[in-house]
Amino acid sequence: MSTTPHTTTTPRKILVLGATSGIAEATCRIWAFQGASLFLVARNAEKLAAVAADLKTRGASYVDTAVADLDDTDQHPALLAHAVNSLTGMDIAYLAHGILGDQIEAERDFNTAAQILHTNFVAPVSLLTWLANFCVQRRAGTIAVISSVAGDRGRKSNYLYGSSKAGLSAFLGGLRNRVDREGVTVLTIKPGPVKTAMTANMPKSEKFADVESVAESIVSAIDKRKDILYVPFQWQPIMFIIRNIPERIFKKLNL
Amino acid sequence: MPDPTATEEASQVQAPFESWGRYPTYGAKLLPLHWQSDFPALTADLHNGALPVGMGRSYGDVCLLKDGNLLVTTAMNRLINFDAETGLLTAEAGVTLAQILDFAVPRGFFLPVSPGTKYVTLGGAIANDIHGKNHHTAGTFGCHIAQLELVRSDGSHMICSPTENPEFYSATIGGLGLTGVITWATLRLKPIVSRKIDYEGIQFHGIDEFLDLTNQAHDVEYTVSWVDVTSTGRNFARGVFMQGDHSTKKDDLKPSPKPKLVFPFEAPGFALNALSVSLFNTAFFHKQIHKRVVAVQDYEPFFYPLDKVLRWNRMYGKRGLLQFQYVIPWEHAKEGTIAILHEVAKSGLASFLAVLKAFGDAPSPGMMSFPKPGITLALDFPIKPDKSFPLFQRLADMTLEFGGRLYPAKDAAMTAPQFQAFYPQWQHFAQYRDPLLTSSFWERVTQNS
Ligand SMILES: Cc1cc2nc3c(=O)[nH]c(=O)nc-3n(C[C@H](O)[C@H](O)[C@H](O)COP(=O)(O)OP(=O)(O)OC[C@H]3O[C@@H](n4cnc5c(N)ncnc54)[C@H](O)[C@@H]3O)c2cc1C
Repeated sequence: MSTTPHTTTTPRKILVLGATSGIAEATCRIWAFQGASLFLVARNAEKLAAVAADLKTRGASYVDTAVADLDDTDQHPALLAHAVNSLTGMDIAYLAHGILGDQIEAERDFNTAAQILHTNFVAPVSLLTWLANFCVQRRAGTIAVISSVAGDRGRKSNYLYGSSKAGLSAFLGGLRNRVDREGVTVLTIKPGPVKTAMTANMPKSEKFADVESVAESIVSAIDKRKDILYVPFQWQPIMFIIRNIPERIFKKLNL
Repeated sequence: MPDPTATEEASQVQAPFESWGRYPTYGAKLLPLHWQSDFPALTADLHNGALPVGMGRSYGDVCLLKDGNLLVTTAMNRLINFDAETGLLTAEAGVTLAQILDFAVPRGFFLPVSPGTKYVTLGGAIANDIHGKNHHTAGTFGCHIAQLELVRSDGSHMICSPTENPEFYSATIGGLGLTGVITWATLRLKPIVSRKIDYEGIQFHGIDEFLDLTNQAHDVEYTVSWVDVTSTGRNFARGVFMQGDHSTKKDDLKPSPKPKLVFPFEAPGFALNALSVSLFNTAFFHKQIHKRVVAVQDYEPFFYPLDKVLRWNRMYGKRGLLQFQYVIPWEHAKEGTIAILHEVAKSGLASFLAVLKAFGDAPSPGMMSFPKPGITLALDFPIKPDKSFPLFQRLADMTLEFGGRLYPAKDAAMTAPQFQAFYPQWQHFAQYRDPLLTSSFWERVTQNS
């Protein structure tokens, strides 16, 4: 990270989908500090305006926004074209939207389950299809997507969320395999638990990662053109172990 | 396995929220406010009252509410606007002074008033109307709040400034979080050209020498003294008078590095006994070998020497620590300070950090603000139930006799009659309270007993 609020090189052009999520906002603050140009998309106009004002104040060269419900895949092409137009190009696309959903409800009601799969898997596939083709055409660009460690193995406490993220991670793996040779980078981000305002003042809070350091890892993984980022990094060996627990044991665990 | 995805809006949890003194500790529900519109929306069907809180850097119970709901504001930390011409920064109330410095210093601006730690929020700094080493030249933090927004539990929004809703402006500055939630505020920053402070440290022996140095330094922007409260006889009230001004020599305005040290564990009870404290005090005094030391110093060690070790309060072990800070008006400032220092030395109860300072004449905008012209002294004691509390009560009564008062931000033990005598305006202030909001402090000091 540079030490002055503005870098001298031309600002990077970054599209952020789900810009009001905690991790996305923290990531954008680093980019704003570096003087990036940002196009922000989120569902809630008031929250989006607060985030945009913050990033502008912190030094972003340019900030534009669009209010959109990303579940509405019909709107995606127009929305993305508008964003790229507004930014006059795009160096990075950052997908950070998603819902945790209600696992218990989803076990009872398929519509709830379908909603989780739609928001976390189907809608991103729609966005990624457009974005990947845009980047391939230019033979440049980075697509960074927040998936989750929960996608590495299904467990009873949140397997709907987990399976939506598993699908997303698998999709990203395939997409990377396709577009890497076209000069396009795809980063799969798998965050572990992140400190929130709620846990910050609790006695044992330093065991969780704080959102600023998660954001720093994401920015640096993008700069280094990494493929997969477990963040904090400790989750990589943890998930390695969890993936390798034999199913006959795993099915008996309370996870 | 903890839920790896709990990054979005989280629901409420029952958990302890610690104040800096780690005494008292109460269970409460923690409700994070992420957005300005979260209050009062999230509190629609709450019982048992609520209290907005920041970083929990108050020592006692002004930031606690037993069995109630704590509205944690630290995720509401966005900047809203900055005018580089005037230095006016508008930001959400949960932003910390550390975050403001990271933003402002590279742009050539500094906090108008700074406490001894930068890990406090804008809202918390307003609600306690905090003071710094420049009280005699700049007044309190509230003197530099051009305006703020107050949101009440009935959903009403109020812009408060010296001219708009002035009575709520005055009640909210130093209002202990009880008048509503401060959602954002506009702070007047001051220009600097360097991170450096032109520093001077001068040894003194006794209150007379301290007062002489104070008089000589009335044009110096920052002054504060460390005083040895363990020594008696010839060394009684010896200390180091520290003064500084922002360097006027242009220099690199880079942001501060991140702190790395975290105090790793709770110290066992015996670690902070009277002997180790008096050794520390002697070492500190003689660290300054010469009568007078002149240096150019970064602002971090000058303003925030304790911030280098995060969570240093654990040094006091499980029982926590008790703070005691008074101001005694000039009329009795000298005799009062000497009498209280004698009482502390006599008690043999150790105080690591005793900070002595003269407050200036600038009136505080807050109705309930603590500072007034005179001498202020801040002490802390490790909690030894049978000894610390009786000493505290003796000191509080002496403060009252000398016409002084105690600082709610540093208090966990003053009684209701003491508080009501220190702050006779409290009933008038109570008219501006939000009916939903209360604190363990407020419950304690307003009970009629
Ligand atoms: C090492 C150290 C040194 C210190 N030095 C000084 C000093 O030199 N001078 C000084 O004056 N103080 C000093 N303090 C005390 C500290 O500055 C104050 O207690 C400050 O108010 C803490 O801010 P906070 O964000 O932690 O708020 P908290 O302690 O969490 O809350 C403080 C008060 O603010 C209210 N509040 C918080 N946010 C809001 C909001 N958004 N709207 C309405 N009310 C709100 C709370 O209800 C509570 O009454 C020091 C503390 C420490 C730990």
